[in-house]
Amino acid sequence: MIKFQMPNLGADMEAGTLVEWRKQLGEFLHRGDIIADVETQKGLIEIEVFEEGTLEKFLVKEGEKVPVGTVLALINDGKSEVTESTVSGEEIQKPEIHPIEDRKEIVHENTELGERIKISPLARKIAEENRIDISLLKGTGPEGSIVKKDIEKAISEVKKPIKDAEKEADKTKEISVKPSGPTSDAMRMAVAAAMSKSNREIPHYYLEKRMDMSKAMDWVKEANKDRPVQNRLLPVAVLIKAVAKALDEVPDLNATWENGLHRKNEINIGFVISLRSGGIVVPAILQSDSKTVDEIMETINDIIPRARAFKLRSSELSQSTFTITNIGEGGADKVFGLIYPPQVGIVGFGEISEQPFAEEGMLGIRPVVDVTLAADHRATDGLIGSRFLAALNRHLQNPEEL
Amino acid sequence: MTEEEIKTTIFQLLQRIAPETDPSRLMPEENIREALNIDSFDALQFIVAINEKLNVDIPEEDYGKTSNLKSLLAYLTKKLKE
Repeated sequence: MIKFQMPNLGADMEAGTLVEWRKQLGEFLHRGDIIADVETQKGLIEIEVFEEGTLEKFLVKEGEKVPVGTVLALINDGKSEVTESTVSGEEIQKPEIHPIEDRKEIVHENTELGERIKISPLARKIAEENRIDISLLKGTGPEGSIVKKDIEKAISEVKKPIKDAEKEADKTKEISVKPSGPTSDAMRMAVAAAMSKSNREIPHYYLEKRMDMSKAMDWVKEANKDRPVQNRLLPVAVLIKAVAKALDEVPDLNATWENGLHRKNEINIGFVISLRSGGIVVPAILQSDSKTVDEIMETINDIIPRARAFKLRSSELSQSTFTITNIGEGGADKVFGLIYPPQVGIVGFGEISEQPFAEEGMLGIRPVVDVTLAADHRATDGLIGSRFLAALNRHLQNPEEL
Repeated sequence: MTEEEIKTTIFQLLQRIAPETDPSRLMPEENIREALNIDSFDALQFIVAINEKLNVDIPEEDYGKTSNLKSLLAYLTKKLKE
């Protein structure tokens, strides 16, 4: 028997609301199936199972808010002994112990700030799928709660004037509509909790290296030349792949620190995405090392619109093993990150800009990027960090081998 | 397609990418990405959207010509006449 628990989707998550069970009792679950939708500070997350078995019993009802680690359901895998399971499937993360006052305070503030909207789970789901902002609706159900009928009415009203717009490509549609996600206050609290923990507990050390991007940029330009716009690469895809390869060489940075260093087998790079409404989400690009640059770009194209629409899967939020933050065009020259616990490193790319660059006694103007590494000094020393930046630089000088 | 129609289309597409902004208030020579806070990913999505809506393919070396409203309009008008 497997105890299926409320997953921990990041250091900032303390509890989640089970919005809907997506599977029936007695149904056979396959690895990767979506078993439930859970509402968190990061939006409505699809929760996957990582074991196989028959859904035996629900222990938490739809609409209940429970702490991370609470057993939600029992899954019968044919074995008599009881094993614990989190959706990460990798290791069991015990719920973190906080002083009781601490937790109370956070929960209290959340309910104060984000006014609770009464809505049935079914109505909420239909609203999410159709991107209806429920805060604008007036419910006709019991106690003014929003029910399925209200959402359907709202959809029919919205659909009329935008018939033409409907013909737009899916991707544009996805990023164009205001997501009905968590309030920006809840998002702010989530970021605040994770970053306070990081700053409080992790002794960071910082390294920096300026890297010549001319070969990488030429390679991207060449690759994009004959491609239709839809398949074009962004330089960031190359950066992600180069980081994955460097981590493969310096595995102590692809790890977590939980009373000791735990190296991870998979290289799942968390990619910081800022939201227009404020706040950030950090979904993982799973197995970045075994993806080609093209596949990484495809993943980015898929994941950014979903992150902005608050439509991520549990594996994407719980399994990153290292983080990249990328400033991009027109921004700051350097970024010094804060590690996302329990990871042990974050690499920061500033804007790629033209700078004087000397090599072999010659001075030239080249596109360069200032790369920083913030790493956990409990887990590694500067030598390891420095080796990582050197490896990253080497990979960026040989883009055709990525 | 008249210049006014192209302009309307551009505003619509920008509005989709940056829903909380009002693209029609852009100044002709203002940097679009800076004014509307559009990142590299969304900038590429904008180029893709132009391609799908107006059937104009903007090669990478011409991205510089799309930075403000004035040059983008001139560029698209020229391309649509070709």
